[in-house]
Amino acid sequence: MKTSTATEERDGLPAFPMPRQGPFQPPHAYAELRAEQPVARVRLWDGRAAWLVTRHAEIRQLLSDPRVSARRQHPGFPFATPARAAAERHEEAFISKDPPEHGRLRKMLTRYFAVRRIERLRPVVQDIVDGLIDDIEESGPPADLVRQLALELPARTICHIFGLPPEERHYFQSRDHRRNALDSDPADVVAATEEMLHYVDALVASKQRSPGDDLISELVRDQLDTGAAERGELVAILRHLLAAGHDTTANMIALGVVVLLSHPDQLAQATTDPELWPGAVEELLRYISVFQISPNRVATEDIEIAGVTIRTGDGIITPAVAANRDPHAFPDPDTFDIHRQARHHLAFAYGVHQCLGQPLARLELQVVFRTLFERLPTLELTTPAERLAVREYLLLSIEELPVTWTVPGVSR
Amino acid sequence: MHIVVDTDRCVGGGQCVMAAPEIFDQNDDDGTVVLLRADPPPDASAAVREAARLCPALAITLVEEEQ
Repeated sequence: MKTSTATEERDGLPAFPMPRQGPFQPPHAYAELRAEQPVARVRLWDGRAAWLVTRHAEIRQLLSDPRVSARRQHPGFPFATPARAAAERHEEAFISKDPPEHGRLRKMLTRYFAVRRIERLRPVVQDIVDGLIDDIEESGPPADLVRQLALELPARTICHIFGLPPEERHYFQSRDHRRNALDSDPADVVAATEEMLHYVDALVASKQRSPGDDLISELVRDQLDTGAAERGELVAILRHLLAAGHDTTANMIALGVVVLLSHPDQLAQATTDPELWPGAVEELLRYISVFQISPNRVATEDIEIAGVTIRTGDGIITPAVAANRDPHAFPDPDTFDIHRQARHHLAFAYGVHQCLGQPLARLELQVVFRTLFERLPTLELTTPAERLAVREYLLLSIEELPVTWTVPGVSR
Repeated sequence: MHIVVDTDRCVGGGQCVMAAPEIFDQNDDDGTVVLLRADPPPDASAAVREAARLCPALAITLVEEEQ
């Protein structure tokens, strides 16, 4: 079998995860496998084999197949590293449930993330963005847009939704960063997870004592006090929502700024015609695809697909970036083009587990890019895009994003 | 074109509302799909097909009428 020369082999199977070629280049092996073996065996760190799927059509098919399970407790569920196994193995939120249990838990939340309800948060998100850019202008140039913008907006937004003081963001951010680093010590991942569960449990208790106008208080009133949900279920769901609500969007913001600054003609078009921003955000979601090595699943029956048989109990790996760079789904997939129709990207996955918070992510991304480039039209990177340090992380993630800009009337 | 939705399958992802907001909405109780127009006008058919294609739970079925 032909595999990427950069990929270590053991027993003839390529090792997973595979090395990436830079912030915006998915592993070459994904493209090679897609052409020859779109559903291919790979070897995991623990010696087990799993199926890596690299074509949009097959990823979509498997993620919506009822013979495929999302239960992390299933003995065949594949994890990319020991840290991921430690982070996910005890997950009790609906991300790790199958129908019908999945639907019962997810439907407690869906109304809070309905498209029109999230749209009502637009002024809140705009206020947060305006305040952050005020601070950036006041303290710079230069600035680090990871620390001063990308990490701040989603964390402050989720604090607003949950009814938390914004100062609390550092507590959950630091723990989720420990959980999501691929090379974390598994014992530290377990500790960070325990701390988060205790933290969320205490939040639920405090909202029970003094309810406010926020998501946790509503869930306590509507689900916990009515007996519709058990406390442990609610705590697991809220821990997952908090994590999902800040880390993914933070990385999309930082990487999105880099991609836009690297395509100045398209950025100029969007700045001139703001109606282009929703389409540009879809293309950024497709092109960047922060989910590089997941989602993962496990087969609960034999499945014939693309000329192979996935056996009961086999692990399945369906990276969003593999689907989103498939030339059959997106012609010329490695070209960034804000005018392409990209809505069928799988950046939010597919099937019943597709991202619950996607309207919120879209809202934050639309507001932050539009406002940032309107307010700081001369923004530029001070480190070349290809030299930005990529972290060993569950998501595609850069450590810092140094930028500068011209202040009108001030010569530098 | 006639639209049939399956609210049991629906997971409230909102893809249909984003694709065709005049045709689909989400209910206030559990965020599942509400069909505003089961027989959409011809000029909405492209958006409705997009909504059906994007639905992650395969909860939208389109019945095309013979011309």
